[in-house]
Amino acid sequence: MDRVSRREFLIAGAAAGGGLLLGWRIDARPLSPVFAPNAFIRIGTDGRVTMIMGQVEMGQGMYTAMPMLLAEELEVGLDQVRLEHAPPDDKLYANPIFHFQATGGSTSVKGLYEPMRRAGATARTMLMAAAAKRWNVDPASCRAERGAVIHTPSHRRLSYGALAAAAAALPIPDNVVLKRPEDFKLIGTPAKRLDTPDKVNGRAQFGIDVRLPGMKIATVAASPVLGGTVAGLDAAKAMAIAGVRQIVKLDDVVAVVADHMWAAKQGLAALAIRWDDGPNAKVSTADVVRELDAASQQPGVVGRKEGDAAAAIAGATVKLDAVYQAPFLAHTTMEPINCTVHVRPDGCEVWTGSQVLARAQATAAQVTGLPLEKVVVHNHLLGGGFGRRLEVDYVTQAVRIAKQVDGPVKVVWSREEDVQHDVYRPYYYDRMAAGLDAHGKPIAWTHRLVGPSILARWAPPAFRNGLDGDALDGAVHLQYDIPAIQVEYVRHEEPVVNTGFWRGVGVTHNTFVIESFIDELALAAKADPFEYRRALLAKSPRARTVLELAAQQAGWGETLPAGRGRGIALMYSGWDTYVVQVAELSVSESGEVRVHRIVCAVDCGTVVNPDIVKAQIEGGVIFGIGGALWGEVTLKNGRVEQSNFHDVRVLRMNETPPIEVHLVRNLEPPGGIGEPGTAVTAPALANAIFAATGKRIRKLPLVSALKA
Amino acid sequence: MVTLTINGKAHTVDAPPDMPLLWVLRDLLGLTGTKFGCGIAACGACTVHLDGQPTRSCVTPVGVAVGKRITTIEAIGATPAGKRVQQAWLDLEVVQCGYCQSGQIMSAAALVAKNANPSDADIDAAMSGNICRCGTYQRIRAAIKQAARAPSAVKAGG
Repeated sequence: MDRVSRREFLIAGAAAGGGLLLGWRIDARPLSPVFAPNAFIRIGTDGRVTMIMGQVEMGQGMYTAMPMLLAEELEVGLDQVRLEHAPPDDKLYANPIFHFQATGGSTSVKGLYEPMRRAGATARTMLMAAAAKRWNVDPASCRAERGAVIHTPSHRRLSYGALAAAAAALPIPDNVVLKRPEDFKLIGTPAKRLDTPDKVNGRAQFGIDVRLPGMKIATVAASPVLGGTVAGLDAAKAMAIAGVRQIVKLDDVVAVVADHMWAAKQGLAALAIRWDDGPNAKVSTADVVRELDAASQQPGVVGRKEGDAAAAIAGATVKLDAVYQAPFLAHTTMEPINCTVHVRPDGCEVWTGSQVLARAQATAAQVTGLPLEKVVVHNHLLGGGFGRRLEVDYVTQAVRIAKQVDGPVKVVWSREEDVQHDVYRPYYYDRMAAGLDAHGKPIAWTHRLVGPSILARWAPPAFRNGLDGDALDGAVHLQYDIPAIQVEYVRHEEPVVNTGFWRGVGVTHNTFVIESFIDELALAAKADPFEYRRALLAKSPRARTVLELAAQQAGWGETLPAGRGRGIALMYSGWDTYVVQVAELSVSESGEVRVHRIVCAVDCGTVVNPDIVKAQIEGGVIFGIGGALWGEVTLKNGRVEQSNFHDVRVLRMNETPPIEVHLVRNLEPPGGIGEPGTAVTAPALANAIFAATGKRIRKLPLVSALKA
Repeated sequence: MVTLTINGKAHTVDAPPDMPLLWVLRDLLGLTGTKFGCGIAACGACTVHLDGQPTRSCVTPVGVAVGKRITTIEAIGATPAGKRVQQAWLDLEVVQCGYCQSGQIMSAAALVAKNANPSDADIDAAMSGNICRCGTYQRIRAAIKQAARAPSAVKAGG
C-alpha cells in the first residue's frame, strides 16, 4: 500500500466523514478526533470504528468481505464497525490489479486480500504500541481483542477509543506481522453480510433513491442509432404536460426535466423526437457478422504458442474445425441507469452508483470545466453492476444535462433506454481447429478469436503488443495437456454499438468456445466427455480435482431419465479460480430448454466467506443460464430490436433449477469469484443439449439455435 | 388531490389519477423502498400490497388505490407474515445487490400470509413475476418455505 502522511489521511478522513454512511449504522454524532492510520480505518476517541469501503457493493459481498479482512487483523467484531462509502480517489483506493479505483473483473478479494489485512494489522499494531507505552510494558505481553488492548499478565484493558489519540501520535510502522491462517477468527467463516438488514426493509439507499431539496427528475432519449443526432421535436406539446419544467436538447440526446418521473415520461413521449440516424442508419447484425467473418480469415496476434500447431493439425489422423459465435448482450441491471447531478458555478456534486468512482469524478470535471477538487461524488449501493457500471457514459450524459438545469436533477433512464443504449458485451467470432492422433488424443489446438478490444478503450496501458488480455482471458489459460497450441487474437472493432464488460466478458465467451470444442474432440475420439478431459489434466492437479469432485457429486455416468442430457465444462482463467459445472437438462419438441439440476465444484483458493462464495456461484450460474439460453441483442436499421423484459428474457423463479455448490478448501491465494459461475455455464448447457439431442450448437443463444 | 392510506397513515397528494402509484410513492412521498424496474409490470420490483394483494405499482393508476389499504416494504415488517419473511431472508442470506428484494419480499409476504405450506408450484406461481438479476431465486424459495413454516405466519395475514 502507498505510504501517505497522516495529515493527508486525516484530511481524507474528515472529508469522507461528511459523506454517506450506510443506513444500518447511521450515526449523527459529530466525528470525534480520529486515529486514521490508512485510508480504510478510522477510530474515534469515542471508540467508533469506521471502515471505508474502496470497493463498491453491487451484490457481490464486498461490504462484508473487505470488513472481514480489516476486522480480522484489527481485532474487532463485525458487530462493532460501521461502514462508509469511499470518496473518489485513484491513489488511496487503487485496485491493485487495475492500478486505479475500480471494482470489477472478480479482482477485489484477489487483489486486496493482503493489503486489507495489512491495513488492519497496521492499526492494531499501533494501538497495541500505544497501550504498551501507556502501561510501560512490552507490546509482546499485550494482546488485542474486540476493539481493546489487554495486558495479558495484569488483565489491564484499554479500549481502542481510549487509545486512539495516543496511537495517532505514533509513527506508522513499515512492517507489521499478519496473523497465521490457523489463528483466523473471521476469515473462512460464513459471517453475516453487513449490507443485508437495510435491504429487506426498504431503507437501503441506491443511487436512484437520492432525494434532494429542489431536485427535479429527468428522463432521456438518446439517439436510437449510435452516431445519430436530434433532427427535431415538439417542445410545446411536452411543456403542456403538468409537471414538465424544461426540455434539454443536446446534439444526441433529449431530456425532459419534470417534477416527477411520470411527468418526465409523458413529456418525453409527447416530444415525438425526429432523429437523423447518421452513418449507422442501415446496419444490421448480419453486417456485423459478415465483417467478423472476413476479419477471421486473417491471422491474428499470437497470444500463446507451443509447438507448430498448424503443421501438427495438417498431419493429424483426425482433423476438426468449427466456428463459434457469441452475440451482443445487454446487462439489464435491476436498478435502471441513473445519476443525480447539481452543477453550480463553483462546484458540482454527483450522486450515483459507480464501479469506477474516480472516473465519474473526472468526467464531471471535464464536462463542467471545473477542477477535480470542485467535484464531489457520493457513491451508493449499486442495484447490480455486471460490468455496466464500469462505464461512466451515464454520468457524462447526466452532467451535460445538469449544466442546463438550475438546481439538482436526477436523470433516470427508462428500461427501454437502458436496453437500447447499453454498453454491450461484444459480438465474438471464433475459429477453432484441432488434430487428433490415432488414439483420439489431441496433438494440436488452434483458437483464433475475433472481437473488439475493450481494454484498448477502457485501460489503454493494458492493451499491449496488439493483445487484449481480457479478450484472451481463459483462451490462453487452456489447461489441457496438448503438445501444440496456438491462440490468436484478431482485433476487430464493431463501431455500430458501444461494447464493454459483461460478467466474465472474455472468459465467459472463451469458456463457451473451448469447452464446447473439447466436447467435439471427445466425440471424435469416441470418449466420455469427463474421462476425456480428465486424461488431459495430468499437469493441472487443481483442475483435475475439481473436475472429479463435480462429476462425483453430479453422479456422472449414472443413468438419466429418458430425454435428459448431462453436460460438463471446466473453467480456468486469469481469475485463478477453477470451476467445473455439470448441467442436467431436457429439450422440448419446440426447442425450449428445461434445466433440471446444476452441480458446481469450485476451487478459488483461500475462501474469505464461504457463504458469499456459494451465493456468487449460484447467482453467476443463474445469470449465465438466462444469457446462454436466450441472451441476445440484435440490430436492425442501426437500432437495437429488444426493449424491455418482455423481449429480453432472463431466468425466472419457475425456470431455476436446484444449484449445488461444492467448495474445495485450501490455502492457495484467493481467486476471483464474481464471474466464474457465469463463465462456466453456457458450455455445460451446450454440452448437455448435445447429450440430450445430438445437436451441437456453436452459436449463442442456445434456444434460438435449437428453434432455428 | 387524492387521499391515500399508506402503511396505516392518510396522505394527501397532488397527483393526476392516472399517475402510476409507483411514482406517487417514490417521487411525491419519498417512499423509495418501492423500486422502479421496468415500468411495464414485467419485473415485479415495484410490488406493493393493495388490501393485502400483491400489485405492480408501476402500472397501477393512483386513482385505483384510493380507498384501499396500501402497504409498502417500509411497513411490511409490521405484519406477521412480512416479519417472518424478512427474518427468513436474513437467516438464509438471500440478498445480493438487494434492488429487487423489496418486490420479492412483498410478493413472498402475500404468499406466506395466505399459504402456510406453499409447494414449489405455489412459489413458482407467486414469484415468477419477480426478476432477480443477481440470481437469488434458490435462496428465496428456501426462505419462503422457512417463513411459511413459522407458526404465527398465517393468522394475521399481510
